[in-house]
Amino acid sequence: MTNLAEAPSQPGQQRSGAGTSIRRLIAQTEIDVRLFGMLVALAVILLTFNVLSGGTFIRPTNMVTLSVQGAGIAIIATGMVLVIVSRNIDLSVGSLVGFVAMSYALLMTDLLPDVLGIGPDFPFRWAIALAIGIGIGAAFGALQGFIIAYIGVPSFIVTLGGLLSIRGLVWYLSNGAAVSGIDRNFQLLGGGAQGSLGGTLTWVAAIIGCLAIIALLVNSRRQRRRFDFPVRPMWAELLLAVAGCVAVLGLAAFANANHWPQGLANRIAIEQNWGPTPEGGWQVQTGLPFPILLVIGVGLVMTWLATRRRFGRYVYAYGGNPDAAELAGINTRMTILKTYVVMGILCAIAAAIAAARLNGATLDIGVSYELYVIAAAVIGGTSFTGGIGTISGAIVGAFVMASLAYGLSYMGVISPGQNVAAGIVLITAVGFDTYNRRRGS
Amino acid sequence: MTVAERTPLVELRHISVAFGGVHAVRDVSLDLYAGEVVGLVGGNGAGKTTLMRVLSGAHPAGAGEVRVDGKRVTITNPRDAKRYNIETIYQTLALAENVDAPANLFLGRELTTRLGSLDDSAMEAETRKVMGRLNPNFKSFKQPVQSLSGGQRQGVAIARAVHFNARILIMDEPTAALGPAETAQVRNLIRQLKDEGIGIFLISHDIHDVFDLSERISVMYHGEIVGTIDKETVTPEDVLGMIILGKKPDEVTDSDRAAIELRR
Repeated sequence: MTNLAEAPSQPGQQRSGAGTSIRRLIAQTEIDVRLFGMLVALAVILLTFNVLSGGTFIRPTNMVTLSVQGAGIAIIATGMVLVIVSRNIDLSVGSLVGFVAMSYALLMTDLLPDVLGIGPDFPFRWAIALAIGIGIGAAFGALQGFIIAYIGVPSFIVTLGGLLSIRGLVWYLSNGAAVSGIDRNFQLLGGGAQGSLGGTLTWVAAIIGCLAIIALLVNSRRQRRRFDFPVRPMWAELLLAVAGCVAVLGLAAFANANHWPQGLANRIAIEQNWGPTPEGGWQVQTGLPFPILLVIGVGLVMTWLATRRRFGRYVYAYGGNPDAAELAGINTRMTILKTYVVMGILCAIAAAIAAARLNGATLDIGVSYELYVIAAAVIGGTSFTGGIGTISGAIVGAFVMASLAYGLSYMGVISPGQNVAAGIVLITAVGFDTYNRRRGS
Repeated sequence: MTVAERTPLVELRHISVAFGGVHAVRDVSLDLYAGEVVGLVGGNGAGKTTLMRVLSGAHPAGAGEVRVDGKRVTITNPRDAKRYNIETIYQTLALAENVDAPANLFLGRELTTRLGSLDDSAMEAETRKVMGRLNPNFKSFKQPVQSLSGGQRQGVAIARAVHFNARILIMDEPTAALGPAETAQVRNLIRQLKDEGIGIFLISHDIHDVFDLSERISVMYHGEIVGTIDKETVTPEDVLGMIILGKKPDEVTDSDRAAIELRR
């Protein structure tokens, strides 16, 4: 990523900006060039569709719909990174999403009210259901992880079996029926006008985000100063802070450019007694949809797990050299098992979004998720040789796939055509990456 | 030498290791005292590395026992070995190529903050300190170790072994991948560690290295110890004969000598 440490530098002092080639300037900011490149690629895709559609594509409504559609894939892809980095694979995610989504639907319609006596009026039904779903996901993950790590059956086989058998269990769960009738609070997890933060809270969240970016930069600089390590030049720090804040605030402004549909706003206004209708009707800002908030939250937690915790360090070390990890005394089996537990939890979160959006569960919810999730992780730079991959890359990868699918369908391309395009992009992205890495090394 | 009166740091007793039906190590007994270097030599497949893997916890012994400070210990995995301050520099280096030097140095023993998060700054600071002592030219603290030179990577592996108060050090071909300057550095380090009272098993193909650095030399042949000899009492030619023929110097016949001459 950066070869700054090799450059001659005085501890505790800023490096001189003697060489002013653009490459060096970029290196001094220590930004992830790969991730930056992918964001540029994502922007190019969006702009291309915008041009092709005569300037109507990049509109807040489209962007929000597109992001919500990609949210589930993005969430699971963050876990797939850890699984692939540690030289395994998980093909069972789609079936697990289906199973947990069906569980949510049945919990809402039958189990919670009939068995536990928790009726629709209970305010935290959504949280109880979510907790149970996460438990189910984690349990399936732990079972598969145990078979892979402790019994030693290859992950491809175990999760292929999971793909088949868990999908079969979905049928038994509901006796082959689709189930609908999700709690209204739970439905908010799926986004939509009401399943969003709203204008004010979106700004609040954005400002918290900006403060967090600045705090992280300041803290890291202070930390490096404390140990007398080389630090970034001040202009680079400022550039990063400004760019980060502009991005966060821009995202918030974009989300807030969405408004509730007039009919809904009027209905809720009457229900909740907002008073007389203003000139031109109610204008309610939608703000960030909850699924996007979930993606951001999951992305942050997973990045923290991957880079700041022993677990993540061991996952990457194992992926880089399994023998070395073993000889270093790492409990490699438990590490692998945990990656699958994380995967199960993420599937349960994605299943909640899917069930909430559908207001129920069908038998084929989550079908072929595994393929999109793996594609997202790989487009995001995760390598099957192990040890390489980032959480942020996988999230961007998921949104590249979602943009492509949504953009093509916006242009009237039917889903087989979208699949053709997705396949070509997958191969192109990995081919490009392989070429770059080979040239780099 | 008066080592015989002291308790050995490590006693390997009747160690055997079998892979399937093949005896890689057969009934080997070996001692190591504090502050000495025992050279372990032998041809390829003689069982040197396998024997040392037993001590470092990388491979379980099929039979036999290990004593540290005279007390019998059970070593079934690398964590056990590290608990007894047994550190190993593997011939393969056993580095995770995709992470940086501090991450490798502290792999499995990370420094953490009070909340249990990795304290990368502290680990980098420690790494800078230990590398500053071992190899002052080392500057690559942030790159994945795969981008480092062979000598630098070796440096990281050595730093990892000596940083955690090793009392028993196993070095498997520590200079095989190094240039002359770096080899000299490693030799100096071995002498220095020996003076600090660390016991070192040194596996090497280089007879002169072994003669230069060790007090005693153990020769292995087809999984067994041919003999453990005091360096002062033999010549490199004697040791070479033991390695090739699997016989002690006084057992070597004229026809054996002729055979060696032929091979040369």
